[in-house]
Amino acid sequence: MKKVAVVGVGQTKFSGPQDKTQVELFAEAATDAIEGSNLKPKDIKALFLGNALGDFEEGQGMIASYAAENIGCMYVPTNRYEGACASASMAVRDAFMWVASGYYDIVLAGGIERAATMGTGMATRTFAMFSDSRYEFPSGITFPGVFAMLTYLYSKTYNVPLDKLREQMAKVSIQSYKHGSINPRAQFFGKNADMTVEKVLGSFVVCTPLTLHDCCPFSDGAAAVVLASEEVAKKLTKKPVYITGTGQSSSGPLINQKDFLPRIRSREISSQQAYKMAGRKPDDIDVCELHDCFSIATLIASESLGFFEYGKSGEAWEKGEADIGGKVAVNPSGGLKAKGHPIGATGAGQVYEVARQLRGEMEPDNQVPDAKIGMTDTLGGDCATIVNMILERGW
Amino acid sequence: MEQKLYFKDYNEALKQNKLLGLKCRACGTITIPPKMACRQCGSPDMQVTEVKTDGKIVTFTTIFVGAEGRENEVPYTVVIVELEEGPWLMGNLEGIDPKAASIELIGKKVKMSTKVFPGDKYSPGETASPVFSLVN
Repeated sequence: MKKVAVVGVGQTKFSGPQDKTQVELFAEAATDAIEGSNLKPKDIKALFLGNALGDFEEGQGMIASYAAENIGCMYVPTNRYEGACASASMAVRDAFMWVASGYYDIVLAGGIERAATMGTGMATRTFAMFSDSRYEFPSGITFPGVFAMLTYLYSKTYNVPLDKLREQMAKVSIQSYKHGSINPRAQFFGKNADMTVEKVLGSFVVCTPLTLHDCCPFSDGAAAVVLASEEVAKKLTKKPVYITGTGQSSSGPLINQKDFLPRIRSREISSQQAYKMAGRKPDDIDVCELHDCFSIATLIASESLGFFEYGKSGEAWEKGEADIGGKVAVNPSGGLKAKGHPIGATGAGQVYEVARQLRGEMEPDNQVPDAKIGMTDTLGGDCATIVNMILERGW
Repeated sequence: MEQKLYFKDYNEALKQNKLLGLKCRACGTITIPPKMACRQCGSPDMQVTEVKTDGKIVTFTTIFVGAEGRENEVPYTVVIVELEEGPWLMGNLEGIDPKAASIELIGKKVKMSTKVFPGDKYSPGETASPVFSLVN
């Protein structure tokens, strides 16, 4: 396999409902990524694009071909990826595979979504399509409902009293809001820096025990990355960020994951694949953008990734061990909670953040000092699709 | 290869409060809902069996924000129940005040009946769904 580098990244501001079309949003992110790579659209050999719900958001299917043509990438093969909230990470990982194989030397990957534009009712309905439509949705389960049930299960399994767990979860949201408030491309830029445990616990209940501030927002946005082979990357940039490890795993309906929950077996398998490929271990990771769709999801993810012991990760947030300056900096972008979660774009947005961390391009208070090794973690559906990537400095 | 139990037959039985599962001839695991392969060992060599509906609550949530088309159902409580024979089932808990549902519910014994979700414009038809109630 060839070594594969991220040579350029781009991302729109993640936001609430806005007026640009998905193709227009992607064009902004993609052209920034291509220009930042010192390339032209004609240099792109293929497009791999995450888009989970475009059919419902704009009545638009097969969007990858329109997205490519729109930016002047003519007649290239275009693939759309749908893996719920992990769609863009699937796209980036497959783009990596195609470059690693030697078949293409330069590819564009990314994602787009206009989930916020749908409004809460429609977004809640369509997100629930990622649960089992025959055996789970008839009960009225929603996507936050899945993680609400995992919260109670976590409390019982690890004997963490619910009140204590909810305080720890609130601290996860507070840390994310702090970083998101100074990230100019975050949905909550300039907001919620003064969040408190009391405000989190006292906000509107979405589904017990999760409140509004435990949950990520619905978001519009796009992100893009250009991947190139090592030999091409060296000609384009002095700071290639190599993807050194990837993993992906899947599982069935939530109820069939009974032997492991609240552990996420697919995440353990996916992350172990990535660690093994990169020759790294959890202690090596300086910065991780992980899938914090809900505050409890952050705790569960950080344990399955091997950063903290099962049942103990809440203490890490209390002690600042998951913040910049701690054991591993988790979501210094603000994460899905504060940066936003345009689901089909989220994974590419995570790669965007980690690449900028390794290049030292973050806002000063969100920069992890001397970050050399980063990781992404993206979850789709009821823990049914997981993608992990490890990225490292190439200089 | 034909599946031993299809959604259609499982669904029709469930409407009659009868829970059908698949018992694996290789490892003995009961698989519910129906699948081609055993949820534990992956063997397709399973036979249809009627499964006892007694179980205990594993976890739950009371939902206050519903999906489009189901807003007027809120608040309602969703539970996962572990059946005596092993599998987990997702359904609703009724006969309680959803707003008062608390973590004390976990471990409580329940019995099962069913309701029919009529489906919405994205569904291919109606679907039976388990409804649990606490056993005193």
